[in-house]
Amino acid sequence: MDKAAIITVENVYKSFPMGTGEFTALKEVNLTFGEGEFTGIVGPSGSGKTTLLNIIGSLDVPTKGKAIVMGRNINDLTQKEAADLRNRYLGFIFQTYNLLPVYNVYENVELPLLLLGMPSKERDTAIRQALDWVGLSDKIESRPAQLSGGECQRVAIARAMVKKPKIVLADEPTANLDAKNSHHILRTMEALNRELGTTFIFATHDEKVIRYLRRKVSLEDGKVVADQSMKTQ
Amino acid sequence: MMRFLLKGLIRDRSRSLFPLLIVTMGVSITVLVVCWVNGAGGDVIRTNARFFTGHVKIMTRAYAEQADQMPNDLALLKVNELIAGLKKRYPQVRWVPRIRFGGLLDIPDEQGETRTQGPVMGLAVDLINAESREVKMLNLEKALVRGRLPRAPMEILISDEFAKKLGVPLNEPATLIGSTMYGGLAMQNFIVVGTVRFGIAPMDRGAMIADISGVQSALAMDDAAGEVLGFFRNDLYDPATAHRIQSEFNRRFEGNDDEFTPVMLTLEDQNDLGTALRIFESASSIMIFIFVMVMSIVLWNTGLMGSLRRYGEMGVRLAIGESKGHIYGTLILEALVIGFVGSVAGTMLGLSAAYYLQVHGVDISGMVKNSSVLMSNVMRAKISPSSYYIGFIPGFLATVLGSMISGIGIFKRQTAQLFKELEV
Repeated sequence: MDKAAIITVENVYKSFPMGTGEFTALKEVNLTFGEGEFTGIVGPSGSGKTTLLNIIGSLDVPTKGKAIVMGRNINDLTQKEAADLRNRYLGFIFQTYNLLPVYNVYENVELPLLLLGMPSKERDTAIRQALDWVGLSDKIESRPAQLSGGECQRVAIARAMVKKPKIVLADEPTANLDAKNSHHILRTMEALNRELGTTFIFATHDEKVIRYLRRKVSLEDGKVVADQSMKTQ
Repeated sequence: MMRFLLKGLIRDRSRSLFPLLIVTMGVSITVLVVCWVNGAGGDVIRTNARFFTGHVKIMTRAYAEQADQMPNDLALLKVNELIAGLKKRYPQVRWVPRIRFGGLLDIPDEQGETRTQGPVMGLAVDLINAESREVKMLNLEKALVRGRLPRAPMEILISDEFAKKLGVPLNEPATLIGSTMYGGLAMQNFIVVGTVRFGIAPMDRGAMIADISGVQSALAMDDAAGEVLGFFRNDLYDPATAHRIQSEFNRRFEGNDDEFTPVMLTLEDQNDLGTALRIFESASSIMIFIFVMVMSIVLWNTGLMGSLRRYGEMGVRLAIGESKGHIYGTLILEALVIGFVGSVAGTMLGLSAAYYLQVHGVDISGMVKNSSVLMSNVMRAKISPSSYYIGFIPGFLATVLGSMISGIGIFKRQTAQLFKELEV
C-alpha cells in the first residue's frame, strides 16, 4: 500500500441468479487500495474482475460483506448518493472506449464537468489541459468515428481524468489496441498517476498492462489467490 | 447541460428526425381531419340552418307535426305582431318569416299557352326590405348565375338547372300554380329575373326563390307565414342558448291545446340534425383519442428502440456520475423538445392543408347528384380557433407520454446491467 487506504473491500461475496440456482462471482474478497496506487486485478475471463470493479465503482453492491470507497459504505448508498460518489471521486475507462458518437472530442471530455456544474471558463481550461495530457489538443473538433482506436482510448482517458478523480477504474483498457497504442496509453496513465496521485485500478489479463503495474491482485474463480507488489519497468 | 443535450438531439437523427417526422405527420393529419370533419359537419348544419331550420324555428303545433308536407293552411297568423314580440323578448336572435311551398311552374309561349311546366319547391323570404339579411343569409349574390336579384314582390329566381331544363328565358313571365292558405287554387304570374345555383343538390333541382310579400299575396297568406326562423346574431349555433330560449318560449304556451299554438324547435330537433351534430362532435373527439393512443404507442415503441440503442450511452453516463433520475429527466426533456417542435410543425402543415381545402374544397357533386341531404356539392375544411391547438396538445402529450413509458425501462434495469451493455 502506497499511502492511506481509500478503498476497503471486506469479506465481499457477490452472487447472481443463474437458472434455478445462482452463480457466485466473488467469494470472501478482502482487499485494501491506497491513494496513488497503480494496481491490476488480473485473472482469466469469469474470474470476477469486472464484478469487483463494478462494486468498487458503486455500480453494484455486494451480496455479503462490505466495500468502503472514500469513506462511504457502498451498501448504504442510495442511487443518488452512489451517482454523486462516482461523479466526485471516480473515473471509468472501458475496453470499448464508449465515447458518445454524436459529440466531438471536446464535448465528450466536457460531459463529466457539466454534471459537476463547473463554470464554462474553468471547464474549458480543464478540458484543454486533459486533452493536452493525452496529446489530443489538435483533435478537439473530431468525432469518435474520425479517430483511431488508440486516439479514442486517449479521449476516454481524458474524459476519466478531466475532473481529476481520486480513483480511475479501467476495465481491460488495452484489449482493443495494438502493442504500440497499448504502451502509449499505459505510459500516459502512468504519468498521470505519478503527476496527480490518482489511484488506478485495472481489470486485465493483458501481459502488456501487467508489466506496468506496481501491485498485482490475482483472482481465480472469484477468490483472491495472490496479492503482490511488482517491480515495474 | 441543456445546450449539450440539444446538440446531441439535433445531431442524432434517429433520436430527433424520426420521432419528429412521426409527431409532425400525426399532428398534421389530426388537424386536417378535425378541420375536415368540422367543415363537412358544419356545412351540413349551416346549410340546413340557412335554408330550413334556422337556429330555432317557430311554427304552429299542427304545422310542426306535418312540416314535411309544407301545410300552409296551418301557418302562423299575425306574424308581424309575433315577430315584434320575439324581437323584444329575444334581442340576441334575428327573427325572419318564411314560407315554404310547393307548386307547378308553368312557362307560357307567345300566345300565353303552356309551353312547358315543372314542379318547384318554393322558398319565400324577405328579399326586398332593405333591413333584411336574407339575401346574405342564403348567399344569393354568389349563387346568382344569370340575371339579377328580385327588386319587386313579383320577381323571382329559379334554379339554373331547372331554368335550362324548362328553357325559361329571363325577364319572361312564369305562372305559379298552387294552393292558397285556404285550400283554393292559386295562380300567380311572376317574372323570372335571375337563375341561381347553390351547389346544393336538392336546391338546384327545382327551386324557386321569391319575395315573401309576393308569395303571401299569391297564396292569400296576408300577415301569415309557415315558419318564423331565428338566427343568432353571430351566425353561430349556440345549443345552450337555443335550448334556454326554446323552453322559455314553449313554457308560455303549456296547457294550451289549440293546434295553432306556436311551438319552438331548435336546430337539433329538426331533420335529425341533433344526431348529426353529436356525430360530428364525437367524431372529432374519437379522432383525437385515437391519435393520442396510436401516437403514444408508436412513440413509446420508438422511445423503447431508442433507449435500447442508447443503453450503452446510459451506462457511460451512469458511470460518469449521472443519476438515473437525471437521465430520465433528460429523456423527458428531449421528448418535450421533439413534442413541441413536431407539434408546431404538424399544426402548421395541417393548417396549410386545411386552408387549401377550405379555399378550394373537394367537389363531390357526382356523389350527391340525387341526394336529398341538404349539403354543399363542394365539401370544404373549416379552420376554427380550436384548430390551432387541437393537434398540438395531443401531439405534445403523446410524445412525452411515450417517452415517460419507455424511460421507465431505465429505472427497472439494474445499474450494473445497464453498465454491462457497454461490453456488448
